[in-house]
This record gives sequence, structure tokens and C-alpha cells, in this order.
Amino acid sequence: MHKSPLQTIGEEQTQNPYTELLVLKAHHDIVRFLVQLDDYRFASAGDDGIVVVWNAQTGEKLLELNGHTQKITAIITFPSLESREEKNQLILTASADRTVIVWDSDTGRQVQRISCFQSTVKCLTVLQRLDVWLSGGNDLCVWNRKLDLLCKTSHLSDTGISALVEIPKNCVVAAVGKELIIFRLVAPTEGSLEWDILEIKHLLDHQDNILSLINVNDLSFVTGSHIGELIIWDALDWTMQAYERNFWDPSPQLDTQQEIKLCQKSNDISIHHFTCDEENVFAAVGRGLYVYNLHMKRVIACQKTAHDSSVLHIAKLPNRQLISCSEDGSVRIWELREKQQLAAEPVPTGFFNMWGFGRVNKQASQPVKKQQENATSCSLELIGDLIGHSSSVEMFLYFEDHGLVTCSADHLIILWKNGERESGLRSLRLFQKLEENGDLYLAV
Amino acid sequence: MISAPDVVAFTKEEEYEEEPYNEPALPEEYSVPLFPFVNQGANPWSKLSGAKFSRDFILISEFSEQVGPQPLLTIPNDTKVFGTFDLNYFSLRIMSVDYQASFVGHPPGSAYPKLNFVEDSKVVLGDSKEGAFAYVHHLTLYDLEARGFVRPFCMAYISADQHKIMQQFQELSAEFSRASECLKTGNRKAFAGELEKKLKDLDYTRTVLHTETEIQKKANDKGFYSSQAIEKANELASVEKSIIEHQDLLKQIRSYPHRKLKGCDLCPGEMEHIQDQASQASTTSNPDESADTDLYTCRPAYTPKLIKAKSTKCFDKKLKTLEELCDTEYFTQTLTQLSHIEHMFRGDLCYLLTSQIDRALLKQQHITNFLFEDFVEVDDRMVEKQESIPSKPSQDRPPSRSLEECPIPKVLISVGSYKSSVESVLIKMEQELGDEEYKEVEVTELSSFDPQENLDYLDMDMKGSISSGESIEVLGTEKSTSVLSKSDSQASLTVPLSPQVVRSKAVSHRTISEDSIEVLSTCPSEALIPDDFKASYPSAINEEESYPDGNEGAIHFQASISPPELGETEEGSMENTPSQIDSCCIGKESDGQLVLPSSPAHTHSDEDGVVSSPPQRHRQKDQGFRVDFSMENASPSSRDDSCEGFPAYELDPSHLLANRDISKTSLDNYSDTTSYVSSVASTSSDRIPSAYPAGLSSDRHKKRAGQNALKFIRQYPFAHPAIYSLLSGRTLVVLGEDEAIVRKLVTALAIFVPSYGCYAKPVKHWASSPLHIMDFQKWKLIGLQRVASPAGAGTLHALSRYSRYTSILDLDNKTLRCPLYRGTLVPRLADHRTQIKRGSTYYLHVQSMLTQLCSKAFVYTFCHHLHLPTHDKETEELLASRQASFLKLTLGLVNEDVRVVQYLAELLKLHYMQESPGTSHPMLGFDYVPSFLYKI
Repeated sequence: MHKSPLQTIGEEQTQNPYTELLVLKAHHDIVRFLVQLDDYRFASAGDDGIVVVWNAQTGEKLLELNGHTQKITAIITFPSLESREEKNQLILTASADRTVIVWDSDTGRQVQRISCFQSTVKCLTVLQRLDVWLSGGNDLCVWNRKLDLLCKTSHLSDTGISALVEIPKNCVVAAVGKELIIFRLVAPTEGSLEWDILEIKHLLDHQDNILSLINVNDLSFVTGSHIGELIIWDALDWTMQAYERNFWDPSPQLDTQQEIKLCQKSNDISIHHFTCDEENVFAAVGRGLYVYNLHMKRVIACQKTAHDSSVLHIAKLPNRQLISCSEDGSVRIWELREKQQLAAEPVPTGFFNMWGFGRVNKQASQPVKKQQENATSCSLELIGDLIGHSSSVEMFLYFEDHGLVTCSADHLIILWKNGERESGLRSLRLFQKLEENGDLYLAV
Repeated sequence: MISAPDVVAFTKEEEYEEEPYNEPALPEEYSVPLFPFVNQGANPWSKLSGAKFSRDFILISEFSEQVGPQPLLTIPNDTKVFGTFDLNYFSLRIMSVDYQASFVGHPPGSAYPKLNFVEDSKVVLGDSKEGAFAYVHHLTLYDLEARGFVRPFCMAYISADQHKIMQQFQELSAEFSRASECLKTGNRKAFAGELEKKLKDLDYTRTVLHTETEIQKKANDKGFYSSQAIEKANELASVEKSIIEHQDLLKQIRSYPHRKLKGCDLCPGEMEHIQDQASQASTTSNPDESADTDLYTCRPAYTPKLIKAKSTKCFDKKLKTLEELCDTEYFTQTLTQLSHIEHMFRGDLCYLLTSQIDRALLKQQHITNFLFEDFVEVDDRMVEKQESIPSKPSQDRPPSRSLEECPIPKVLISVGSYKSSVESVLIKMEQELGDEEYKEVEVTELSSFDPQENLDYLDMDMKGSISSGESIEVLGTEKSTSVLSKSDSQASLTVPLSPQVVRSKAVSHRTISEDSIEVLSTCPSEALIPDDFKASYPSAINEEESYPDGNEGAIHFQASISPPELGETEEGSMENTPSQIDSCCIGKESDGQLVLPSSPAHTHSDEDGVVSSPPQRHRQKDQGFRVDFSMENASPSSRDDSCEGFPAYELDPSHLLANRDISKTSLDNYSDTTSYVSSVASTSSDRIPSAYPAGLSSDRHKKRAGQNALKFIRQYPFAHPAIYSLLSGRTLVVLGEDEAIVRKLVTALAIFVPSYGCYAKPVKHWASSPLHIMDFQKWKLIGLQRVASPAGAGTLHALSRYSRYTSILDLDNKTLRCPLYRGTLVPRLADHRTQIKRGSTYYLHVQSMLTQLCSKAFVYTFCHHLHLPTHDKETEELLASRQASFLKLTLGLVNEDVRVVQYLAELLKLHYMQESPGTSHPMLGFDYVPSFLYKI
């Protein structure tokens, strides 16, 4: 098993726009979550139990929300409804102290605190269409905006729900251990005034714990497991659309030794995070990055060792750029470049050694093969890296206007900005201030 | 290395020849006058004349009513300083030019003694025979036991350099006014306390006498009074009169004109005191009553004593010392101020002028000067802000000054147009007259506002003084506040006078009289100005009611009275004090009435067993002190606060004096003078508030930093990229094992580090733990310990990890890892073949180069069209190209020099935008550029 060396980039990074940084310090422990509140604000939360609201433009600390006694396990925003009276955006945070607190994001006021949970809430999701939110722990609860418990499921599992997404037809899919459970939410109708939540289906196709679950589009969602299984599901009939198995040894018969090896290496192939655009699903698999094309139903580009250790979070930028952050403390910026391949040119075997296409399920395998022959293949090129954190970078947030925010286990948040652009903005503000002071004399 | 120093330097020289840099002529106002004796072949630092003292000093003298003019103390209090200089003779000279007519007595038409609130007079006096020239500041302090209640004092700044005194007149005047104000403030307090005690004594005496009279009345009911009884009755009557007089005096001292205080330096405590009293006066209809209640209610018990009817000989008593007159706290503060003055004006005139011009120029560049200038000198505004922080004493003023809130003596400023006319006269004189002539001329500062008149008087004076030949006198009567005396108003009411008569009367009262408040009031509750008087003399009312308006009126008055003031001022003033002349002490002055100075040798009547033991003198003083403070509730707390910050107040003044003057500094080595100061400050910093912050701004520091920087430049061929790193905001890490060496180099290189704000430079002299991203945001120059142990591996690992943010200068291996530099700026700034030898010179060279750089950054930052599109459709690319061409073509920047100006521009923007500077660290900007390893 060969291990490709880590791609590095020198100090000269002409395409890297981030030439300014601002270190934000407010947390005393690992910062795990960042959530965008609006165009210029974001909130950060982590193991110290506090939530901090920041100005992404200036780096100014706007609010500090204190209320949780233990680490925060989930954070989500509840957007305001314009029709409603209470216009303020809410922030929901769940903590290991078995409470969920609802905050007013503008004032920092603690709107309400719910502490009737039997277990730690590990995920939160908002169904905006129904104006309800769901909390997933060992069971699944449905709440309305006024924080009334509408309904809940029975005890599902001791491990609890690790991920929760909304899918069409009032359904949600929850990842519980190795299985996916589809629930349907029954809104009150003329017949019954009660909310209800029903278990519709259990999907048991994953071999190991499901670590990541996101919506690809209205029609499909994707899940990734600890041993590198990537399954794309139909969101309407909950069937598998595609199955990718990322394994190290292509041979189907694994001997015991290999089995052990796999276990040891499993961390290297576990799928921590997904992101996707219209065409591709980007997966953070172990230390590598993989681009799976939805149309071709195959991996079109990969970086087997994109980082020194596990990639924790990835995001796709509008300009074909991909950003990844990792336990190694670095953030890397990649660009997806197409390289036109001759149809006749055989695909390098080394590339496919990585992916077990033989395991693609039957109905998918045929078209994939077809497409492979006259497909454009892509590559992920490293165009820059951001070195700042001294410990694992847990997550990042991209602001179109203000740059990139990263949070890390070193308790810091770093705001990365485009220096040139910031310089221009500062000049603009400078002349605005001059004008306000009446010190600006424009030549006629 | 390809950029071998010699080659580079050679090409550089050629470049210089091609484009000679034309230095624009220095504006005249910034040029320092050349040393006047240059053509005589004298070196500027030789002693000008046969002065008998080694350097400038401050002398405080008193015109004692007992022994005449006598020196009290000198600052520095070191006999070596004034050497064989005859202080007694000089005291006589300086006291004899006291033009202020300070007197208390019975002015014609008034029945009670009155206090004059006299402005200080400021005189320049020269004694060419002694080789001494002096700025003399006369002031009057009140003393109940003194003749006319006044004690004339003067403070003199004595120097061998006449020009120094003349050219620094404004500054000297301002500084001495502060000291004087401090003394007078303390004196008013002490005087009021003294009066209160006296009143108690009198009150007690009255009670005793009254009882005795009653007893006698009862004892003999024959229908007629015995002579003894009549005597007692007379005695009682005179005590009553004395009480009224003293109450009146107390009221006068407390009603020290408010508007005067607004303009001057004053301790907040005093201000509160006064306001307190003002409110007191307004709330209670009868100030005497309030004073009485004060006396009996809210103060520690003072045991009154009986006042003997017979007066003691005034020569018997021991006059109060200056410290007693002003109370210790204020006295100490004054001494601190005087020491500060002495430090401030130390050294050669050229040096003083240069540093003043320097400061003035710095103030003009208030937008950019935070970048490279030492923050202390940056500007007064900043200094004031810092002043509230006790740990940062400013150079401009000693920390003690923070008690007095007003930073500049407003006497000068508030005078406004009047004063400026005076100043212009002075300057004109300097310009018109040659050096020789100038020496001989008596320049007189006129209190007249009329320029024509001014000239006339000048002529007159010049003639007069030239004939006198020997001495030079500049008379500056520094005041314009004129307050029509109340006694005048009263007099004018009783004896109808035309305004013209009132004016001439004012003349005869001598100029300063308009400044005095002479309360002639038998009715204690009466308002300051009777309404009917207000109606008849509106100008006087203006004076009383509003300060600026009062000015106008004052000038009119002054104008008419100027002539006598110039010529025979003394005589004029003496004419007015007939009552004072023949009166030896108060007792006599009040016609043998029972107003006696309380003396320790005082015997108390023990008749009827109504006895009080006379308290010890110093205890009395103590109590008076406390009494004074208990009157104002707000004052003690503020006082406490300030005392906490400045423990100097608690110091023994003599200790202060002694410590300030271990000086061995001579006049001709003033570069050492300041360093001496800093060393004194550092050695005794725990006890003495240093007028100069130790460290950054001291000349020694600059010299050393300059020297070490010079050494670095000569020693390391890669000095240029290292300095470029500092100037462009890339953190330079100086790595080394030896802390002393690292610190030395860091200190030297710090002169190239632009500051973020007006606080300390972003320099960390010594760090031993692994660096973190925050460090690069915070510090731009870091001295880092190299550790051989495994722990050091972490440090090095962090360094290599963050290598893109840093340049690393390895002192042990003599290597530098940093980006390439190909500009022309740094070679000029740090030319290893420079002819500059001295560290301080090099420091100044760097400063001037950096100032030039700052101005480029300023132009770039504040050029509107470079940063904002001129029209909506302009693309960013166009804007960027315009910026680039401006930097390149207009500012003449080459290659990486652009980055330096851009970085400085960003700092300027941030600094300008910041509402409260120093609150946050600016962003960390960096470039993705490759680094190179330089070796020797």
C-alpha cells in the first residue's frame, strides 16, 4: 500500500487571497462550532460552554452568551419569520448539560431554557417550512417556535442520533449508529390537532457507524460511514442511488490480517464531512479529499493525502475552490481543475486502486463504465494554505464579503481576510470619516 | 553574496551624483539663531562671562521685614552649583525690582485692612558684573503676623546666558507661574486657617473680657465707672473691632476671585474649596455666620487662648518659614515643580531651542508621528491623557502636576490680544537690535494695549537703560485681569466722584490695584457689588461678572496708568501706602487696638480662673491645617486619590531636594545631562517621581540604540533585508542564546519598528517560550531564546511553522532568513559605509529618514483619487494601477519600498480610524513571498 506524499506549496502563493489575519480570542477551550447569523455576524461555540457572537468584518466581539455548564454539542440558528412579531433571530444551542437554550442573537438575551432532556442533544435541525425544530439525542423531539414540545419518539438508541437532515414530504432522516431512520412528521390537520412523528423506514446498508449525512439536492442525500462507505440515497423513495466503498485492499476476500489492518486504518478512510454542489459531492475521507461526480457516478478527482491528519471540515466556494481544514492545524485551499483526457487514454490504474469500483451496485456500474471512457477528469490543485492555528482546526465558515473564519482546538478563532480588499475598505472608511469631520476638500 | 557591500555602495554613489538631492531651505521660523559669538572664535560651550556659578539654578528669596532681602533656598540645593556667587547680594538686587505693589492697609476712605490679590510680576534682570542674568518672578504671600499681612518673595532663574533667559521668557514665565500658583494656593489655605484660629482667640478673649466687665459692673454699683472698668470696656471694644476686621479678612481671603482661578493652574482641591465656599456664601446670607458655625461645629477642637492687650515687639517674633506659610504639601509640590523647571531648562540655549522646535514640528505631524516618534513626546494631547496614569510620567510635566488640572498656565493665554501685543514688542526688539545693542537695552513689556504708546515707552526706556549701562531689565508684568477694587466702589458711593476721578485714583493705587479686591464692608452679608454701583459704572460690572469682558475694561484702565508704572512704579506704589510705611506691625497699624499676633510667649489672664492653656505653636498649625480641610467635604478624597498615585507628596521636601542634586553635570556636556536625568530617575525611581520616563525617550537610550544599530549595519551585510522586514511589518525574530546580546540588538533595531499607536512599540525584548500566532499579531520585533534542550525543539518547530510571518535573524549562526529586498530606501537609511560615527547622530539620521518616509505614507494614504474611484465605472484594476504608478513615479519608490509605504499607510489608516487608540491590536498582514537564507 503506497502512501502518496503530502502535497506542499511553497511560500509563494500568488493565488492565495488571504493576506491578513485577525486572531480572535474569547474561548477557553476547544472551539468546535461556527454558525453564520447574517451577512456580517457569526457565532462560535465550543467545549467551554459559551457562545460568542462576533462581527466578521471588524473581528469585534459583540456578545458573549453564558448559560451552559458543559460543552456545547450542537448549535443552530432559527431564522426569524418576517410575518411574526418577534423579528429577532434565535440561536439554539444544545449542551452536554442536557439543556437546550434559546438565545436572542441581537441582544444576547436567554429567551428560554429547556432542561427536560433525558440525554444530551447531539443534533438540532430546523424545519422552516413547518416552523418547528427538532432535537436529536437518544430520542427525537419536535418543538415549535414557542418551545412547546409537540411530540417525540420513543427511545431510539443509547448512542443517540448523530446526524439529522430534512428530506422532502415532511420527512427527516436520522443517523443512529449504523442505521438510517426515516421519520415522517404529521402536522396538525383538520382531522387531528396533534403533531405526531412516525418511524417510516430503517435503512441498514451501512457496515459501520454513519458519521456524516447531508442533503445533496431536493432529490437525494448522501451518507458517509466510518469505514469509508459513501451512499447516495434517493430522498423520495429512500433507495440507494449510488454506493462507493473506499477500501485499501481491492481484493474482496479479506484475510484476518488485512481485516486488522483495515481496522487500524479505518480512521484513515472514515468520511468525516461532505459538501456538495450541483455536480459533485466532495468528501473528506480520512486525510484525503475526494470529488464524486453525481452524473458520472464516479470519483473524478482526489487527493489521497490532502493533509497530515484527518480532514474535519470542507466547503466548496463558488469559484471552483474547495477549502479543507484538518486536525493538523492547517487550512488548505484547493482548486478543481479540469484536465481534458483523451477518450482512448486509459485511466491510470493507480488512481483507481483507491476506489473500489467493482463494488458499485449493479444498475449504476454500467453507465459509469460508459462515461469513464469519454469523461473529463479533474484534479485538485493546492493553491494555498493558511497556517495560523497551533492545533486541530475544527471548522470554518466562509463569508463572501469578509473572508474566512476558522476555529480550532487551540481556543482561537482566526479571521482570514483579503488584504488588498481590506486596504481598500479602510481607505473608504478613512475618507468617509474625513468627510464626516469636514476635513475632506475635493478639488473642483 | 552578490550584493557585496562595496559594489552596492559604489553604484549608489553614482546615483547620488546623477540626482543631487536638493535640500529645501529651512523655513525661517524653524531655524535656530546662530551662536552670537561665533565670529569671536569662542566655542559655544565656553562660559560666556565670568559667572561665578557653574550652571543655572533657581533661587528663592524673601524681602524679610526684619533683615531685608535674604536668600532662602536654591535649587539645586548644592553649594557647588552657585559656587562663590553672592546670593545675598543677588537677593538684594532681585528683590529691589519688585514692581508689584502689594500692601494691606487702610486705603483712604476705608476703615478696615484689606488684602490685595496681587498678580505676580515677572522681570528679567541682568547683572553683567556678576555675569548673572535672571528671570525673576515676584509673588506675595499672606501672613497674619507680617507687616501689612504680606510677605514678598521671589523666585529667580539664574543663568549666565542672557539669551537663554530672554528667549525662554515665555516658557520660564509659564513654568514659574505654575510654581507660584501652587505656593499661593497653599498660602491662601494656610492663611485662612490662621485667621480662623485668630478669630477663635479673639472670640474667647471677648467672652473673658465681657465676663470681667460684668463682674466689675456688679462689683461697683456706685453709678460711675472706675478707670479700670473704662479700660476694660475700651479693651472689649477694640477686641470687637478686631473681630470684625479679622472676619473681614477671612471673607476676603475666601472670596479670592473666582474668575481668576478659572484661567489659572489650580489644584482641584482648591477649586472645590472655592466652589464650596462660593456655594456656602450664596446659601447663607451671612458669611460670617457660616464661618462661625464652621468654627464651632465641624472641626476638631481648637482651644482658644486669650489675646493680650499689649502688642509685642514685632522684631521679637519669629517669622514663619516659607513652608509654614504654604503648608507642607503645597510647598513640596512647588519644590517638585521648581526642580522640574531646573531640569527643563538645563543645558545650552541652542539645545533648548532645537528641542522646542522639534516638539513644535512633531505636533504638526500629529497624524503620522505616532509611527516612529517616541510616544512621550508625541504630543501634548496624548501626554495629558497619559498623565492620569501614574506610571507614565510625562516629560513635559512632572507627575505632581496632575493635581493641577490645567496643563498650560492660562495667564499667558487668557490675556489674549493684550498679551500678544506685549509679545510682539519683545520680538520686535530682538529683531531690530543687534546683538551688542540688544545686550544693553532694557526691554520693557508694556501693559499697555496701544502699540503707539508702546513704542513711545520703549523709546523712553531704552534711553534710560542705556544710560544705566550696567544692568538689563525686562519688565513683564504678567497680568491683565483687572478687578475694580471694591473699596473704590464704596468710596465712590460715599464720596461722589466722576469716572475720571475713579480712574486717576486707580492710577495712584498702582496698576495692580485693579486686580485687588478690597472689601470695604461693615455689613457682612452685603453682596460684592452694590446694585447702584453697578448701574453707574457698567465697565466695572463687566469686570466683576465676566472675565473676558473684564479684560477690556482692564486694558482701558491700564492704558491710562501705564506711564507711571514704567518709570517710577515703586514710588507710585509707595505713595499709596502711607499707612503701611509707618506701621510696623498690625497692632500698631490698627492704632493700638487689640489686634495682636498670637505668640508663643503669650501670657493668659488667670483672673476668675477662666483659663485656657495656650496650645503649642506647631499644634495650632496642625489644627489649622485640619480645620481647613474639614471645611470642604469633597477635597480630602480627591487629595487622597492623588496622593496614592504620587507618593512624592508625602516625601520630605529636603530629601527631594537633596536627591535631585547629586548632579555633577556641567553645562558643556548636555548630552549627558539628560542621561544623567534618566539614571537618577531609574536609581531613585521608587522614591522620586521622575520627570522623564526612564527608557525610551532618554538621550542615552537613543545614543545607545543608535550606536548598536550602526554596529549591526556595519557588522551584518544582510542588515538591509532585516530592516526592510521591520519597516514592512514582518516580524523579525532575533534568535540567540545570550539574553544580553539579543536584548541589545533588539533595542537597537527597535528604532526601525513602526508603532501601532501612541503607546509602546510592538517590541518584545526577550521571549523564551514557543511563539504563537498571537505573538506575530502583537509584536513586530521579538528577541527569542534559543534553547538547546528538547524543549527548544518546540520553539524551533513553531518558528518554522510560522516562517511565513517572520524573518529570523540567528545571532549564533549569523544567518538571516527573510524575503528579498531590492529597494533603495533602506540602503540610504542604513548605509554600512556611512560617515556617521556617533550613535546619537545616527539616531537622528534614522529619525529624519523615517520622517520623510512617513510623509510619503501620509501623502499616499490621504490622496483621495488613489483609493476611491473617480467615477462609478472605474475598475479596481485601474485604481490599482494608479496606486502603483503613484508609488513608483510620484513617490519614487522602488520594488519592495512600495511595501513599506503601503504598510505604513495601513497603520495610518487604522490609527486615524481608531476612536480609542490602543484598544486592540491591528490585523496581521503578510505576503506570500519566498524567503532566502542569508549568511555572512
